[in-house]
Amino acid sequence: MTKILNVHNLEKSYSSGSKQLTVLHDITFDVEEKETFAIVGPSGSGKTTLLGLCAGLDRPDTGSIELCGTELSSLSEDERAVLRNQKVGFVFQDFQLLPTLTALENVAVPLELQGAKDASEAAKVLLEKVGLGGRFDHYPSQLSGGEQQRVAVARAFSNRPSILFADEPTGNLDAETGERIIELLFNLNREAGTTLVIVTHDLDLAKMTQRILRLKGGKIMETNEQQ
Amino acid sequence: MSSNKSRVSFSWLFKMAWRDGKASGRKLILFMASIVLGIAAVVSIQSFGENLKDNIGLQSKAMMGADFKIDLDQEPTEDVLSIIDSLGGAQAREIGFTSMAAFPGKDGTKLVQVRGIEGGFPFYGELETIPEEAAQTYQQEGGALVDVTVMTQLGLTTDDSIKVGEVILPISGALRSIPGSNSFFSSVAPPAVIPYRFIEESGLVQTGSRISYDYYFTAPSGTDLERLDEVLDPQLDRLEADLDTHTSTSERLGRRYDNFGKFLNLVAFVALLLGCVGIASAINIYIKGKLRAVAVLKCLGATKRQTFMIYLLQIAGMGFLGGIIGTIAGLILQQLFPLLLEDLLPVDIQMAFKPQIILLGVLLGIFMAVLFALVPLIGTLYISPLQALRVQTNGNKKKGKAELAVLGGIFLFILLFSYWLLQDWKYSLAFVFGIVVTFSILAGIARLFMKVTRDNFPTGWGFPARQSLQNLFRPQNQTLTLVLAIGVGTFLISTLYFTKDLLLAQASLEGQNNSPNMILLDVQAGQEKEVEQTIRDSGNPVLDDIPIVTMRVQSIDGRTVNQIREDSTSGINRWVLNHEFRVTYRDALSDSEVLTSGEWVPEVEEPDLIPISVSDNFVEDALVSLGDRISFNVQGVVMNTEVRSIRTVDWSQMQPNFTIVFPKGVLESAPQFRVITTKVPNEDASAALQQELVRLFPNISILDLRQIITVVEGLLNKIAWLINFMAFFSIITGIIVLLGAVRTSKFQRIKESVLLRTLGARSNQILKILALEYFYLGALGTLSGILLSLISSQLLAWLLFDTAFVPSIFPLLVLFPAITILVIFIGLTNSISVIKSPPLEVLRKESY
Repeated sequence: MTKILNVHNLEKSYSSGSKQLTVLHDITFDVEEKETFAIVGPSGSGKTTLLGLCAGLDRPDTGSIELCGTELSSLSEDERAVLRNQKVGFVFQDFQLLPTLTALENVAVPLELQGAKDASEAAKVLLEKVGLGGRFDHYPSQLSGGEQQRVAVARAFSNRPSILFADEPTGNLDAETGERIIELLFNLNREAGTTLVIVTHDLDLAKMTQRILRLKGGKIMETNEQQ
Repeated sequence: MSSNKSRVSFSWLFKMAWRDGKASGRKLILFMASIVLGIAAVVSIQSFGENLKDNIGLQSKAMMGADFKIDLDQEPTEDVLSIIDSLGGAQAREIGFTSMAAFPGKDGTKLVQVRGIEGGFPFYGELETIPEEAAQTYQQEGGALVDVTVMTQLGLTTDDSIKVGEVILPISGALRSIPGSNSFFSSVAPPAVIPYRFIEESGLVQTGSRISYDYYFTAPSGTDLERLDEVLDPQLDRLEADLDTHTSTSERLGRRYDNFGKFLNLVAFVALLLGCVGIASAINIYIKGKLRAVAVLKCLGATKRQTFMIYLLQIAGMGFLGGIIGTIAGLILQQLFPLLLEDLLPVDIQMAFKPQIILLGVLLGIFMAVLFALVPLIGTLYISPLQALRVQTNGNKKKGKAELAVLGGIFLFILLFSYWLLQDWKYSLAFVFGIVVTFSILAGIARLFMKVTRDNFPTGWGFPARQSLQNLFRPQNQTLTLVLAIGVGTFLISTLYFTKDLLLAQASLEGQNNSPNMILLDVQAGQEKEVEQTIRDSGNPVLDDIPIVTMRVQSIDGRTVNQIREDSTSGINRWVLNHEFRVTYRDALSDSEVLTSGEWVPEVEEPDLIPISVSDNFVEDALVSLGDRISFNVQGVVMNTEVRSIRTVDWSQMQPNFTIVFPKGVLESAPQFRVITTKVPNEDASAALQQELVRLFPNISILDLRQIITVVEGLLNKIAWLINFMAFFSIITGIIVLLGAVRTSKFQRIKESVLLRTLGARSNQILKILALEYFYLGALGTLSGILLSLISSQLLAWLLFDTAFVPSIFPLLVLFPAITILVIFIGLTNSISVIKSPPLEVLRKESY
């Protein structure tokens, strides 16, 4: 199998007042194409920071990250943005829909950024797929939390990403709605053949993935292979 | 990877800007309002100024009544007459002077500007009279045209007559307007037009009278008037005459109104700057609210340039729209100006739309919006996409540098714009310095207040008082913005108010108890005893009896005036060479004079060189100093003098003041006339004395200072009205800024208020917290503004008006409570939804 994400000797620290705070220390792992992968750990263990680095949202202090065959450190900030637009999808804990755009416009944005001509049509298909066919023109403030996250999932798949990063996708939802979102996420993932990297502290959710990476205090404790 | 280039087109950026702007429209209304008002202020003033200039140019012939004229203030010599003849002879001539006029059968006398006209004057424009035909018939009928205001005031009709000196003429009609008449001067001495042939009969043309002689010409079309001016003016100058063409006169007039326009422009510019504060504060909070969306867009693959451009386009679009609306509002507003300024303007203004002004308004709207939004906009460039994942990153040093560059740009913009308005680097720098100092002091006060409150926090106060005080210095507070907005607005309004007070105080007679309020001019030698007796008989005192001798400068330090005129390198002001000086002689300084250098010589006995005293402005204009020699031509006799002392003169004192003073013992036997002053207790006494004096001594002109003060007050009130009108822009913009600041801080307050509601706070507790916070802010801003205006007015009083400044209580009594209440009102009405709606509903509504 081809590796889609290859992380090697990653270090990241932030300055907090006069102190340097090491958030990630000597992180090495890889993820294969179409694999489902979970990063788990307690709060403050560095899960979200690791996800951000893997998606090219920030630069590590040392170490390397190869995403979709491209070494991220060789790219400028704008080139990384373009790479994200073409290869990466995101689902956030607090949905992060653009509040001034309708559901349809939110889903269409990644495609429009690619310069796609049929962005609106494709977005409509996706919204219907997530069960929001009648909500095209609704603004985020007019949708429930579960509906907003479904729009976010549709947006994440709109650019047909090679890899999808989900940061606590059920963290802001009740159990029942969360389950439906996870089901949707995994179904679409299977259909599209996308690699799925989920950051979560929900072990039940993590167990649904093929592999789990456990983080504690910025270090890898273990990597488990699921059946 | 297929390509590292983004394929987004410019149209997508527009689309995103539109989508986002459409949904955020409500939040941007105040931002737009700031632009609209600022632009409206600038456009209305600019457009009005341009129209005024154009109209003066277009109506220049009608204003002069001829193509050109030769004027002089003494009877023309043979040389002057031969120049007039060489031009084919004048088509019309006029003799003008001020004199008292009486109206037989009516009570009341009036100081009028007598204009004796012969020939077809005016050749352009018209004599507007009631009845209309009077303008044509008065010459044949041998009648007079009397100013319409005088006619109304004294209840005169065409059945009455006017007595000027020794001549009595029937009144042919009321004069509404005449070319060459200045409305301010007309208020002091309204015109009375009579046929030229009666002037001599009046007996008023005599020694000491200020008489002007005007010869009017029309020129065949195509005549190069500029060339004519160049050739003839130097020749006429030597003969103490002057040539004015209609174009040069209108240019001079235009320049005079230019200064007035520049002042108004500055007031408008301040309103614009206040609008810019509004833009900056509104956009700052607006963009802060967008940073999360920017981070998300970056996660989705938008580059930093794209995200920056989305909001830049949005703001430029709003600036464009604001510029258009502001320009339209300005063009509508300018129509009001001629109504406001009716009596002050030299011409009837036909308003036209100027394309360059429209372009200026629209471009200025875009430029201002973008420039003042750049600081917060730069934030979008440096926001990390990680923020979408709730990861806080460190600040960016590059951002600080970019912000500094933008602040430099803003400073440069203000400097260049004010230079464009004032055309003078010194004034522009002073203006910008003033603005920077004002803003810095206000910002300093706000910061100091926050620090002092934090350091000395009254822990013993009740909950609402403590909570509201804490709101002033906690993160995301609006103290700085609101104190700046309220402070600048209040500062402007109260400074304008104080300045008006200063101007009026300077002109007022109140407090000058021993100053005369009636001045008798042109009292001939030999008349003074009888005149003084008449004054005393009427129960009034004779305050001064001042002898006056007229003379002209013959030479300065051995160089004749003609030699100086021909020397193009000479810096001596031309008026010194041409002026007929009215000189007095006395042995002591007057109340309005202070000796600054040299020695005061009270009296001399037949000296070779007469020691004289000159005023400091004469020293500057004639380029003389102590010890310099000046020869004067005193009606044919040359007198050699030496500058022995220099005085400063307070010209604003309402009494006869002199540039040149001789010592006693020299001029006593020279031909002279006298100025006598008195102080009458009231209007009735003034009218009675005037009538008696005019009856007995028709040659005497009487200046009733009360009337002049009334005219000056009227004029100042008119200007003050206009200034208030412009200040109104500042107030409205200030309110907009205030509204913007209050609304943008609303979410902070709402979140907290909802939390307090959830924890069980009652409506009146929340209201109290909010009201107190806005009270602190309103009071601090208003007081700071008033304090600053007191300082600036004191400086103006010292440096510019040279007068004592007694601040009026109005700003404290009216402005302070009014603006503070306004701030509380705006603050509370914007937060009322928190109290009326359930907490969850509010949070949900406000979170997007």
